[in-house]
Amino acid sequence: MTDATHQMDDLTAAEARERAAQLKYYSASQWTLIWWRFRRHRAAMIAAALLGVMALAGIFAEFVAPYGPVTRDTQYIEGGPQIPKFCDEGGCSFTPFINGTKTERDPVTLRAISVPDPEVRHYLQLFVKGETVKLLGFIPIDRHLIGLSPDVDQKIHFWGTDDLGRDVFSRTVYATRTSLSIGVLGVLISFVLALIIGGAAGYFGGMIDNVIQRVTEVIRVVPIIPLYMGLAAAMPKEWSTTQVYFAMTLILGLFGWPTLARRIRSQLLSIRNEDYVVAARLAGARPGRIIAQHMLPSFTSFIIVDLVISFPYMILSETALSFVGLGLRPPSVSWGVLLQQAQSVRAIEQTPWLFIPAVFVVVAVLAFTVIGDGLRDAADPYAETH
Amino acid sequence: MLRFTLERFAGMVVTMLLVSVMVFLIMEIPPGDYADRYAFRKYSGTGVNVTEADIEAIRRDLGLDKPMLLRYFDWIGGIVLRGDFGQAFAFETSVTKVIGDKVWLTAGILFSTLLLTYLVSIPIGIYAAVRRGSAVDYGLTVFSYLGLALPNFLLALVMLYFANRWFGADIGGLFSDQYRDAPWSLAKAWDMAKHLWLPAVVLAWSAVAYQIQTVRATMSDELNKLSVTAARARGVPEMKLLVKYPARLAINPVVSTIGFDVNRIFSELPIVAVVLGLTELGELLLRAYLDLDMNVAGAILLLLTFAIVFMNFVSDLLLAWLDPRIKLGV
Repeated sequence: MTDATHQMDDLTAAEARERAAQLKYYSASQWTLIWWRFRRHRAAMIAAALLGVMALAGIFAEFVAPYGPVTRDTQYIEGGPQIPKFCDEGGCSFTPFINGTKTERDPVTLRAISVPDPEVRHYLQLFVKGETVKLLGFIPIDRHLIGLSPDVDQKIHFWGTDDLGRDVFSRTVYATRTSLSIGVLGVLISFVLALIIGGAAGYFGGMIDNVIQRVTEVIRVVPIIPLYMGLAAAMPKEWSTTQVYFAMTLILGLFGWPTLARRIRSQLLSIRNEDYVVAARLAGARPGRIIAQHMLPSFTSFIIVDLVISFPYMILSETALSFVGLGLRPPSVSWGVLLQQAQSVRAIEQTPWLFIPAVFVVVAVLAFTVIGDGLRDAADPYAETH
Repeated sequence: MLRFTLERFAGMVVTMLLVSVMVFLIMEIPPGDYADRYAFRKYSGTGVNVTEADIEAIRRDLGLDKPMLLRYFDWIGGIVLRGDFGQAFAFETSVTKVIGDKVWLTAGILFSTLLLTYLVSIPIGIYAAVRRGSAVDYGLTVFSYLGLALPNFLLALVMLYFANRWFGADIGGLFSDQYRDAPWSLAKAWDMAKHLWLPAVVLAWSAVAYQIQTVRATMSDELNKLSVTAARARGVPEMKLLVKYPARLAINPVVSTIGFDVNRIFSELPIVAVVLGLTELGELLLRAYLDLDMNVAGAILLLLTFAIVFMNFVSDLLLAWLDPRIKLGV
């Protein structure tokens, strides 16, 4: 036996494990390190999980939502949430169920209202047959995640219905898709603009930088929601919902770039005279290539953090614009459009379940903020001393 | 200081000029022009047949047939030289009349909101930094996150709901019924003050959430400085020490972001105004947009942005006065 193997034998199992861990740490790539640090940020992990669930529900809205976004249930108009339960006066069951409803007159207003009928039980089922819809817009399916058996002459409304008898739960699921995707597209557009504008300012400096800085300053100084409103108001009334949707992403993206452009500019300015940049320039590389290949990678993590924390602004702006009727319009469903129905104090008193989409807005905005914080901590190379 | 002031003033004028160009461009975006909308508003439903020639005549009367650059100079010249913002089409009077004393109502809302923001956020931010890691500090962080995540119209609705329950129905809007159309008097001003707190709280909410964190962060940094330790070693009483060294520096970032806060408040104003039924510029702006009355919308957008640019200027001067190093460019 050689000396080396002797030494190996002398190591205890714990020491060997520690060495292996150290080796793994030192040979890990930058992104692996960021992921490891991010994983330890518990709040950010929870937020990421929440957002993941939301995104999945949004992507597969047709499957998750029991009914279509505009399907009406005339038997249950402005009805409250129906919460599945396991027990009632008649005993308990292993499958959750809801009680049937019957129509009665309100003793005071004499309006026809739906009241629960404890005599009847409808059991919840998974993967029930229902309306035929196109998953992702092209795969026809007639099964839905959860619902009541198609034989039952009643629908289930987990979060109640609105004044037209449309299911708030289903509408919220569809709205999640619209609102999140508007955020994603808006952020992407502003990212591309920021790259071009910030890149030009930071790489060329001088006169170009001065002009761009002036323009950026002007855009930053105009109050953003009134500015968005002006552009949104200009959308022709006869536009289709798809046109309005893309116009909205464009509007949000068009003015979302200044913060990110500033970041890119200042980072580029600080490294544009580094040796490796000069070398690339002398080798004849073109500006676009130098910026993309040589300069950007040195601060990609910062850009990602900035992108993540710019989501909330997009989401809140879309919600606010749609809320006042200048953004998306019915029949599209977004969080803002849904909240249009909850504009008055009367709504809080009589149909509080119409505010459930607001919970989604708050959770999404919080989640993006927390993830942004987690990423920032994780991306900081000096965060821990190893 | 004079040189610094002049420099900043020149910068402000240049920014305002660029802003006015941008606002003018936004006014030009909606398809069709005033002549179309004017003719439509005036003659639709009357049975009068409007020909292309009629619209052309209206266009000439309003001076809309001139090239864009000339119209811009007409517009900005009227504003600067005569305080004339042009015609408000939906109201069939001048924009100046429509805006009228709403400017002062808006200023009232703005300043009460700013006052509330700073009175609340600075002391609380300092307290949070001194008691770092305590339950209060933790609670404030959670509040800040929530404060920034809550859509302002939702907050407005919830506040309105509770205000209605606790203080009776007459809480929305800016005035009680009997004062709404009354001429200005001391009683009316007092009535407005009584209504002002609700919009101020709603609008200050997110600004407070943001500024508490700013003050807390700067204060925390300053507390670790040697000057603080040295003062403590000299036996300076804790309260005096806090005010004299770290606190006076901790308000610098707040002062430097006054313009930013004004921007945020104006950004939220139209939506909050709709929910709370405030009859001021933000609500008028939204209505003008919905009616495509771009003269009114442009005038308001311009005024709001000018106010922000001006507050930026004020904040620059204040900061230079608070922290002389800035003016020297050190």
